[in-house]
Amino acid sequence: MNWLALVSIISAAVAVSFGAIGPALAEGRAVAAAMDAIARQPEAANTISRTLFVGLAMIETMAIYCLVIALLLLFANPLLK
Amino acid sequence: MISPLTSVVVFHLGPVPITASVAVTWAIMAVLLGGGILIARRLSLVPSASQAAFELVVDAVDDQIRDTMRVEPAPYRAFIGTLFVFIFVANWSSLVPGVEPPTADLETDAALALLVFLAVIWFGIRAGGVRGYLATFALPNPIMIPLNFVESLTRTFSLLVRLFGNVMSGVFVIGIVLSLAGLLVPIPLMALDLLTGAVQAYIFAVLAMVFIAGAISERQPAPDISSQRTPL
Repeated sequence: MNWLALVSIISAAVAVSFGAIGPALAEGRAVAAAMDAIARQPEAANTISRTLFVGLAMIETMAIYCLVIALLLLFANPLLK
Repeated sequence: MISPLTSVVVFHLGPVPITASVAVTWAIMAVLLGGGILIARRLSLVPSASQAAFELVVDAVDDQIRDTMRVEPAPYRAFIGTLFVFIFVANWSSLVPGVEPPTADLETDAALALLVFLAVIWFGIRAGGVRGYLATFALPNPIMIPLNFVESLTRTFSLLVRLFGNVMSGVFVIGIVLSLAGLLVPIPLMALDLLTGAVQAYIFAVLAMVFIAGAISERQPAPDISSQRTPL
């Protein structure tokens, strides 16, 4: 196996693992804040959870970008042609 | 291992290769269209069980549009509702054995995101004219014009990548687990996949609403929705 493939595989793993840290922390904070808000104001639960879902989707996109980068490195790597 | 970025050609229609996801998309379209026509043909004032179920879906979509966009839902119901129902059914089509959800393919998601991109322009121009729509790019400040242009492209791209990444990663993980351990092990993951699929369909529809609302809201003073709601 040539070293370019080796580096690609390692970078894919690094991209996913480190790319997941930030969104994980952010989602945890967002959910905690939403729980807090719902506990204080249960009647606003509908609005809060809708906004929460959209916000989580936005945050999650960052992790998904990393996943796509990893997949590009593994399956569509232009350097390995 | 088969790359998730390529698609499998199942048959040729003349010179045009038809991939599996396109065939599944056609099947879903046929089912949705057939179901819709079948229900709409015998609507009655006292609804049957199936009509009540369909009305529930339409009502839920209407409520979401009212809450998110703060406008009357009628002009947007068809587009948003179709987006939601199609993506939902497409994500859950993995329940049928041997079928891979078409949203796990980059092309289907690209088409859906492109639809949203064009719909934002269409609804924006319809609400405020070409000048009015272009003026929304200069909000809140003319300095933001290049950023707003870039944003309208990148948010379309992120819409595409979000749906593709979520659905495809689910399919991919199930494939990996299946190759490691057999029969019943992937079932919890499949259940998680169904949840993700439903949430992603909802999020896609809500984001489409938010984008469209951003293009039209500056043109119209927000009407007081709560007073306009017809009592049931």
